[in-house]
Amino acid sequence: MKFIDIKNCYKVYKNGVTALADLNIAIDKGEFVFITGASGCGKSTLVKLLYREEKPTKGQVMVGGINVSKLYNSRVYKLRRKLGIVFQDFKLLPKLTVYENVAFGLDNIGLKSSLIRSKVLKALQIVGLKDKTKSFPNELSGGEQQRVCIARAIVNEPKLLICDEPTGNLDPKTSKEIVKVIKNINEDLGTTVIMVTHDKEIVNSLKKRVITLENGILTSDTKKGSYTADESN
Amino acid sequence: MKAIRIFRRNIAHAVKSIFRNFSLSIASVICTTITLTIVSLAILASVNINNFTKDLEGTLTIIAYVDKDATNDEINSIKSKILEIRNIKSDELIFKDKETIRQETMEKSDKNSSIYAIMNTLNESNNFLQPEFIVAVKNIENLEDTAQSLKSIDKIAEVQYSESVVEKMVPTFNIIQKVTLAIIVGLICVTIFLICNTIKLTIFARKNEIEIMRLVGTSNFVIKLPFVIEGLFLGIIGSIIPVIATIWGYIIAYDKLEGYFLTNFIKMIEPLPFSLYVSGILVIIGAIVGMFGSYTTVRRHLKI
Repeated sequence: MKFIDIKNCYKVYKNGVTALADLNIAIDKGEFVFITGASGCGKSTLVKLLYREEKPTKGQVMVGGINVSKLYNSRVYKLRRKLGIVFQDFKLLPKLTVYENVAFGLDNIGLKSSLIRSKVLKALQIVGLKDKTKSFPNELSGGEQQRVCIARAIVNEPKLLICDEPTGNLDPKTSKEIVKVIKNINEDLGTTVIMVTHDKEIVNSLKKRVITLENGILTSDTKKGSYTADESN
Repeated sequence: MKAIRIFRRNIAHAVKSIFRNFSLSIASVICTTITLTIVSLAILASVNINNFTKDLEGTLTIIAYVDKDATNDEINSIKSKILEIRNIKSDELIFKDKETIRQETMEKSDKNSSIYAIMNTLNESNNFLQPEFIVAVKNIENLEDTAQSLKSIDKIAEVQYSESVVEKMVPTFNIIQKVTLAIIVGLICVTIFLICNTIKLTIFARKNEIEIMRLVGTSNFVIKLPFVIEGLFLGIIGSIIPVIATIWGYIIAYDKLEGYFLTNFIKMIEPLPFSLYVSGILVIIGAIVGMFGSYTTVRRHLKI
C-alpha cells in the first residue's frame, strides 16, 4: 500500500475554477518529491488536499492509511498531528520565542513539559538552531526563521513533511541551506517529503522525483527528474 | 493529568487575552456588573414580595353571608356553586349556621356586655343572624373577581373581604416584577452581545495563532477552550461587585428598615443565608452569560 495514494482526484472551487483534474499520484514512504509547475497550476491545492485544508470535489486522497477525502472537520487534527507543514511565509508567532514557537503544537496536545523540552531541543538541533532558543522571530534572519518553521514541523516526528514553497522568500544561498536541512530530515529520519517549489536550481541539483502540473493536470512524473515546468503560463 | 495540563495552559492564555484587549474586557465586565446588579435588586425584591404574598394568601378569606331565610337545600346549592369557583381553596371552605355564629359571638364577648346579653336572648325562631360561608382564595390577584362570583350566587346576601392598601398593591407588585424581568432579559442580551464582541476581537487578534494551532494538529476543543474560559472569567469578574453589593447592601437595608419593607405588613426575609443564595445565583448567571456569549462567537467565527 502506498503512503500517499491520490486517485481520480478533481478539485473544482465554488467560483467554477478547476484546480485539479483527474489526478493520479502514488508516493511511497520515505520518498522525496518535488511538485512543480507555473503559478495557478494547482500545486498548492494539491498539498492542501494532503493536509485536508481542502476537500476533493471527486476522487480519493489517502495519506498514511487515512482517507482524507472522507475525514470529518472535527477529526482533521488527528491527521495534522501526523504531518509537518512548512510555509513560504514561515507562520511564526512573533511574541513567542524560538523555543515556544517550536513547542507550540506540543503544548496544545498536553504533553509533559520535560517531554516537550527534549523533543523541542532535538528538533532545534536538527535544524541547527539549538543556541537560539530564547530569541524572538524578529531577531532572526529569514533562513533562521524558516529553520524554526521546519523545527516546528518535525518536532512531533511526523511521517510526512509538506513544504509549500519553503524557499520562496529566501536568497539562493539560504535556500540551498534550507533544502539541505529538509534533505537531511528525509534521509536521516526517513520522513516522506513533498516540496512545492519554483526553484529550478534546487530541483535540478537534488535529482529527486519531480511531478509537474499544468492547469491542474499532471503532465510529467519522473524519478530523479529535473525542472521541466513551463513558467511562461 | 493531560486534561489538567491543557486546562491550566488555557487558563493562562485566557488571562493574557483579557489584558491584551483590556478596554473591551472592561466594557464587558462593566456591562455584566450593571446587569447583575439590576438582576440582584429584582431577585431580592421579587423573592421578598413573593414571600409576603404567600403569607397574605394564606390568611386572606372572603365571608359570604347567606340570606336569613335560606333553606338547607338552598344552602347546599350555594355550597356546590361556591365549590365550582376556580380561585377558592375547596378543602378550606367553612360554613357557619346561625347557631354556630351566635355561640361564637358569645364566646368572644364579655359576659357583661350588651352583645352577650342580646345573643343570649336569641333562639331558633328569633335568631336574626345570617349564616355565612368563609372562603379562602388561592390567588390574591383575583380576589375581586372571586368576590363578584360569590355575590352573583342566588341567596348570597352580602360579600365581605378586607381591601387594605397592601392587598391592592399586590397586582402592582406583579406588574413591577414582569417589567423588571423584561429589563433583565434585555440587559442580559446586551451583555451577551458585548461579550461576543470582546471574544470576536480576541479571535481576530489571535487569528494567526488559531491558524497555526489548526495546522499543527490542535483539536477543536483545545482551540475553543481559552475563549470559553475568557468569557467565563469576564462573567465571573463582572459578578464580583454585584455579589458584594447584594450581601452588604441587603444586610444594611434590613437593619435600616428594621426588617420591614415599605409598610409594617411586609416582613423582609432574614439576610443570611438569603443574600448568600442570591449571590450564588448572580455568579452562576455571570458565568453562564460569559460562557454562552463566547461559545456562540467561537462557533460562528472559527467555523470548526
